[in-house]
Amino acid sequence: MKELWKGNHAFGEAAARAGCKLYVGYPITPQSEVVEYMSDRMPELDRVFIQSESELISIMTCFGAGLSGYPVMTSSSGVGISLMQEGITACFNKGIPVLIVNVNRTGTGMGGGPGFSGSQDDYGRETNGGGNGYYRNLVYIPDSIQEAIDMIYNNWPIAFKYRNPMVLYTEGRLAQMMEAVEFPEFREIVAADWGMTGEAKLDPEFGPHRGDYGKYARKIAKMEEECQDWEDYMLDDAETVVVAVGLCSRVCRGAINALRKEGVKIGMLRPKAAWPFPRKGFEALPDTVKRIICVENSDGAQMLKDVVFAMKQVKALNTIPVYSKPNHGLLPNKVLKEYFQNVINGNEKEVG
Amino acid sequence: MAKEFKAPKNIKYVGFCPGCGHSIFVRLMQEVLEEKGYLDKNVCVVGVGCSANVHGDNVYGDNKMECHHGRPPVAGNGMKRVRPDVFVWTYQGDGDAYAIGMGETILAAEQGFPISVFVINNCNYGMTGGQMAPTTLHGQVTTTTTKGRADYPINVMPLIQSIDNVAFAARATVTSPAEIRKLKKYIEKAVDLQMNEGKYSFVEIVSPCPTNWHKSPVDSCKWIDEEVTKVFPLGVFKG
Repeated sequence: MKELWKGNHAFGEAAARAGCKLYVGYPITPQSEVVEYMSDRMPELDRVFIQSESELISIMTCFGAGLSGYPVMTSSSGVGISLMQEGITACFNKGIPVLIVNVNRTGTGMGGGPGFSGSQDDYGRETNGGGNGYYRNLVYIPDSIQEAIDMIYNNWPIAFKYRNPMVLYTEGRLAQMMEAVEFPEFREIVAADWGMTGEAKLDPEFGPHRGDYGKYARKIAKMEEECQDWEDYMLDDAETVVVAVGLCSRVCRGAINALRKEGVKIGMLRPKAAWPFPRKGFEALPDTVKRIICVENSDGAQMLKDVVFAMKQVKALNTIPVYSKPNHGLLPNKVLKEYFQNVINGNEKEVG
Repeated sequence: MAKEFKAPKNIKYVGFCPGCGHSIFVRLMQEVLEEKGYLDKNVCVVGVGCSANVHGDNVYGDNKMECHHGRPPVAGNGMKRVRPDVFVWTYQGDGDAYAIGMGETILAAEQGFPISVFVINNCNYGMTGGQMAPTTLHGQVTTTTTKGRADYPINVMPLIQSIDNVAFAARATVTSPAEIRKLKKYIEKAVDLQMNEGKYSFVEIVSPCPTNWHKSPVDSCKWIDEEVTKVFPLGVFKG
C-alpha cells in the first residue's frame, strides 16, 4: 500500500532497505531531515548512525567504513558537497561504492537564501568528478520520490559491481515535498568480498599496489558503455525533442502533454543517469527529429554540453539545431509550452 | 647463549632514513600485534607524511588504510564502527595530527572514538623535506624558518589529558633501550584498552629526524634528551 513520505525521509529509508550499514551526516538545509531520520532509524535497525562535525568528516568516515566492503552512505547539499570533494576522489581511488545524496540548493558560495527550493546548479560538478584527478561518479537524477527510492535500491548494486561512488542528485523541492510511495523489502546487509577484515591480504583491484593507472580510465570507459539509463517519452513520431532531468523534466512533461493535445509532435528524452550520459538514447531517436531543446533549472546551461557532445557522436543528429533554456528556478509549464511553441515557429535563436 | 631477535613476520623491509625513530615504532607495533594475536585482525590507518612510507606491500599487507592528510582518526572510526572486532590504530606524524588534522585529533579524543592514536612527533615535516610543523621548537631552523622559528610550538598533551573520554594518554621517545621498553608498554596498554574496553588511547612518540635536523643519529638523540623533552615532557599523562 502506498504511503505519503517526505523526500528526505524516503531517501534514508530506501538506503536502509537497500542494506546500508552505516550512515554519517551533518545538518545543512535542505537535506537536514535525512540526518534526523537516520539518527532514529539506523539504531532502531541495529546499524550505525554518526552525526559528524563537518562534511569532510562525513565523507572520510564513509571512506574508512566503506573500505570494509559494507554499503555506507552520506548526504549533504551545496557547500557541504564542496567540502567532501577530497574524500569523494579518495573513494573513487580505492573503489568504494559510497552512496552520496546531494540535495542541491542554489548557486555558488553559501548559496541558499530563497534558493533553498533547489536547482540543478551542481550538474557540472557532479557529472565531471569534482575532486582531483580523472574520475566520474555514477550520477542518478530522479524525477519523483518513488524514482529516488527505486534508484537507491536498484542502482546501488551497480555501484558495487563497478566499485564506484554513486550520487543520487536531486533538488531541494523534491527532498522537501511529500508523495505517495511504496518501499521494497529489506535486503540483507552484506560486505563485499574485497572489503578489509583486518587480515594482511591485498585488494586485487584497488589496493595500495602501484603501477596500472590505466585501470581507472578503463573502468570509466566500461561504465560509460554499460550504465547509460534514460526514459523515452512520446518520442515515436517526435519532431521536437526536449532533454531535461529531475523536477525540471516533470514541468516539461506538463508542457509536452499540453502541446500533444494540440497535435504538436513533441516528446522528451529524459536522462535518468546524467553520468554516464545516455548517448544510446540519442542514437535511438527517430528520424523524424528536427530540433532538440535542452531545458535546465540552472543559472547557466550545463547539461547542454553533454547534449551537444552526444549529438556530435550520432551522425544523423550532426546537422540538427539545438536550443537551450536554462533558468534560475523552475519555469511554470505554461511558460515552457510557450517557449517550445516559439522554437517550433522559428522565433528562438539556436545555440552556436 | 645469545638470544636471537627475529623481526615480526609482517615486516619485509622498512624504508626510513638511517637513525629515524619511525622504524623503531613500526617494529614495536608489529611485535605487540604478533604477541597479542592481532596480526590478522588489525587495520592500520596511515596519514600522509613519513608514516606513509609503510604504503605499498613492504610492511604488512592490505590491513593498512591509505588515508588523506589529517583524516586517519575519522576514517579509522568508520572502520571500527562497522568492524568492532578489529584492532584499529592510526599512525600519523605531527604535521598530520596537529596541523591539517588537529580538528580530527581533538574530535577523536573528545568523542572517545574506540581507536588507538599514535603520533610520531619529530618537530618538522619530515617527508616533504623538513619544513616548520606546529611542533617545531622556538628558534629551531627549518626550511621555512631559516632564521629560526619566531613563535612557539603546541603541546597537545594538556588538552588531550583534560578530555573525559580519553582512557590513556602518554608520551614516549626512542632514544634509549629503557625508553623503547616504556613505549612498548604504552602500545600494549592502548591495544588492551581498545580491545577489552572499547576505549580511546593517545600515544605520542618523540622521534629523531637526523636527515632534516642535519644532525647525526647520536646527536639527534642527545638533542631530544636535552632540549626537546623540556618542551614535550615524557611519561603517562592519563590512565
